[in-house]
Amino acid sequence: MGSHGIRDQVAIVGMGCTPFAEHWDKGLDDLIVDASTAAFTSAGVQKDDVDAFWFGTAQSGMSGIALARPLQLHNKPVTRVENYCTTGSEALRAAAYAVASGAYDVAMAVGAEKVKDSGFQGLNANNPPNDGTARTLTAAAMFSMVAPAYGQKYGVDEETMADVLASISVKNHYNGARNPRAQFRKEITKETARKSPRLAGTLGVFDCAGVADGAAAAIVVRAEDALRYTDKPIYIKALSFAAGSGSGLIDPGYDYTHFPECEAAAADAYLQAGITDPRRQLAMAEVHDCFTPTELVLMEDLGFAERGTAWKEVLAGTFGLHGELPINPDGGLKSFGHPVGASGLRMFFECWLQMRQEAPADRQISTVDRGLAMTHNLGGYPGEMVSFVSVVGTALD
Amino acid sequence: MGSGGGKGTRAVASHDEDTTTLGVEAARLALRSAPAAHAHPDSLWFSTSSPAYLDKTNATAVAAALRLPPEVPAYDFGGALRSGIGSLVSAFGRTDTTLVVAADLRDGLPTSADESAGGDSGAAVLIGSGDDTLADLVATASATDEFTDRWRAPGERNSKLWEERFGENRYLALGADVFTRALSVAGIDASDVGCLIVTGMHARAVTGLRKKLGLDESAIADDLTATVGQSGTAHPLLVLAASLESLSAANTPAGTNIVLVHLADGADALVLRTTTALAQWQPVRPVAEQIAWGADLSYSKFLAWRGQLQPEPPRRPEPARVSSTAAHRSEDWKFGFVGSRDRSSGAVHLPPSRVSMEGGAVDDMEPLAMSDAMGTVVTSTIDRLAYSPSPPIVFAIVDFDGGGRYPVELTDVDAAEISAGSRVEMTFRRLFSADGIHDYFWKARPVRQAATAGADQDKGGTA
Repeated sequence: MGSHGIRDQVAIVGMGCTPFAEHWDKGLDDLIVDASTAAFTSAGVQKDDVDAFWFGTAQSGMSGIALARPLQLHNKPVTRVENYCTTGSEALRAAAYAVASGAYDVAMAVGAEKVKDSGFQGLNANNPPNDGTARTLTAAAMFSMVAPAYGQKYGVDEETMADVLASISVKNHYNGARNPRAQFRKEITKETARKSPRLAGTLGVFDCAGVADGAAAAIVVRAEDALRYTDKPIYIKALSFAAGSGSGLIDPGYDYTHFPECEAAAADAYLQAGITDPRRQLAMAEVHDCFTPTELVLMEDLGFAERGTAWKEVLAGTFGLHGELPINPDGGLKSFGHPVGASGLRMFFECWLQMRQEAPADRQISTVDRGLAMTHNLGGYPGEMVSFVSVVGTALD
Repeated sequence: MGSGGGKGTRAVASHDEDTTTLGVEAARLALRSAPAAHAHPDSLWFSTSSPAYLDKTNATAVAAALRLPPEVPAYDFGGALRSGIGSLVSAFGRTDTTLVVAADLRDGLPTSADESAGGDSGAAVLIGSGDDTLADLVATASATDEFTDRWRAPGERNSKLWEERFGENRYLALGADVFTRALSVAGIDASDVGCLIVTGMHARAVTGLRKKLGLDESAIADDLTATVGQSGTAHPLLVLAASLESLSAANTPAGTNIVLVHLADGADALVLRTTTALAQWQPVRPVAEQIAWGADLSYSKFLAWRGQLQPEPPRRPEPARVSSTAAHRSEDWKFGFVGSRDRSSGAVHLPPSRVSMEGGAVDDMEPLAMSDAMGTVVTSTIDRLAYSPSPPIVFAIVDFDGGGRYPVELTDVDAAEISAGSRVEMTFRRLFSADGIHDYFWKARPVRQAATAGADQDKGGTA
């Protein structure tokens, strides 16, 4: 028994990512074709060169055929993956393991979500038939309970907390404004963030991720084959996953100031990658900023700040584009919106750009020589959550 | 419609209440204040003129929420405004313990007298025999008469009325007749009546009969029309419960004669005599206390709750209908709020679970009834985006006294009054309806101290 990881066994050799937007003129198939074609081109392969496919979508399609049909894949192994908001990351995890196992030489992960065809605000889950007793709260409401709990535990008054959360929103919008693929490309002020209409608890519009359509794709091969496809492969150092039991919802011991599933996923990933000081060893991290309090708490869960101190680090600019550890240099969920199946792979795409120094100059981070980048995804709610963490790097150890 | 008008107040069921939930609420109060020997009724009868379902029995949901065993027959006495008093009279004829529950939601066309004079209530009376009753039946008298004074076609929400004088004329005669005959059977005179209750939907007839019977003003019970409003099928039971509470609180001597006359398609009269147990009775949440909790409700919100006004909903999907099979499998949880407790670790699971979250024991749980547990708010929020028949949703994480946590929607609540540490209790509500199936489940509401807010009137008592 044990989680051993696949450090340095698999490399990403090509990626594609569509703009994330309200794509009124593009359906799911269009988004899939756009992202996949870009990934094939990036890796210099044809679709027939890919041996197996994993397609992540939360609600936009069923089965592998949702990918095989638009790409016209003929009798290839194509599997649909769903795991809440970590769906895209899970597609890549499956593809990477398939290659690491030796079962396939070339595998592909595609994630896509067509959200804006529902006619409703926000993300909506299609629940199976049930007894009618489950909560019907929005994710915003569930996560809104984190801010007051954190403030109370660590003595952060409401005014300061509002300033901290606005700072996170401002930072992500600043980064997104420099990203042509982002849904929102405008910098905002703290005043704008703080005056936005309230959706749930103290959370306003600018505390919440947008809602967009999008797709992203990655092609993975064995690490020893990587240089045949690109001279700047991104090596997988760690892939970890933690699914909570849901007991946080009914456990009187849970206090809404941390996400144990994320702590567990991070701990496993750091072990796999040999990371002992993430704040200094990582060049950047893409984290799941579905709501501003989520990003705040994640800074502690992922080991970037001591417990109870992340709010100070946020105010100090530690996680800014040119701060000590850039967080969400692409603008995060805040700027990109959250097409669930695509978001995890969109995070990898930012690592791909940044670590290969291919990001636009006004967004390129200056910490690339640290050689390691992280992506983090979560799905569900405080108390009932799944979490994914990856570490990728520019060189083999 | 901006015209105001009318004196007094009326009780309005919240958007998540119907006659079934009002019945549950009243029955819970009745059972909580009942002598132990009668706390497990042998039968449950439910009467309403505004049922949540037709064809399907509503008393079964009441029984499930009360966790009555399946051996207890649960029947609806539906449709007519006479069904409540009819089930009450019938229950007195039985030898075992019968829980008689009645509830009504009274509607009228916007701005009509029926709308403003109506009231929503649930009431429950536990009928049994023994030396621990609060009042004993001495006599009854009935008069049945076929005439069309007030009627409502199936599917319609508003009653229609014949010219008022006709019904007044009939009811005055019928009421006086049953009063006289009941007193004769009881062997008492009008001057022996310590408490006279006259109820009925015909307001002029009710007032006129009270005057005609000529009793001393001090013997006339408050009929609650100025506060609760006229609550139809449930009203005679409601006023009886409130009157018993008043007599108990005033330490009225045992042996006081109560006469209840209800005017509906004829008239029925009951003569009850109070016992020595009445003075010792500790009613849970007397009607007067609930009336004092009443909170203001805007007319537009009232119309929206009654479906007379369709406000802009949040742009979120409406919930799908509840699965009958899934609901039946989780009957104890859904209707009874029964969780489970791990025998080895003691961990409380809401909903019940086969595998323990602490220690991982499998199938080693005991059922844990939580509907009467009180809890404390750990943290709360307001969801302005989620679907609700009356947004926004106020939601809280609640830790229960004695163990267990549940994240739950709050109701009958002003969000501003909720903070960490607020005390809440559970209440049975209707979450939504889809495809005609009502989703019943439990919510939490702030625990009221005397003289704070609350919108509905539910009452129980034993007789």
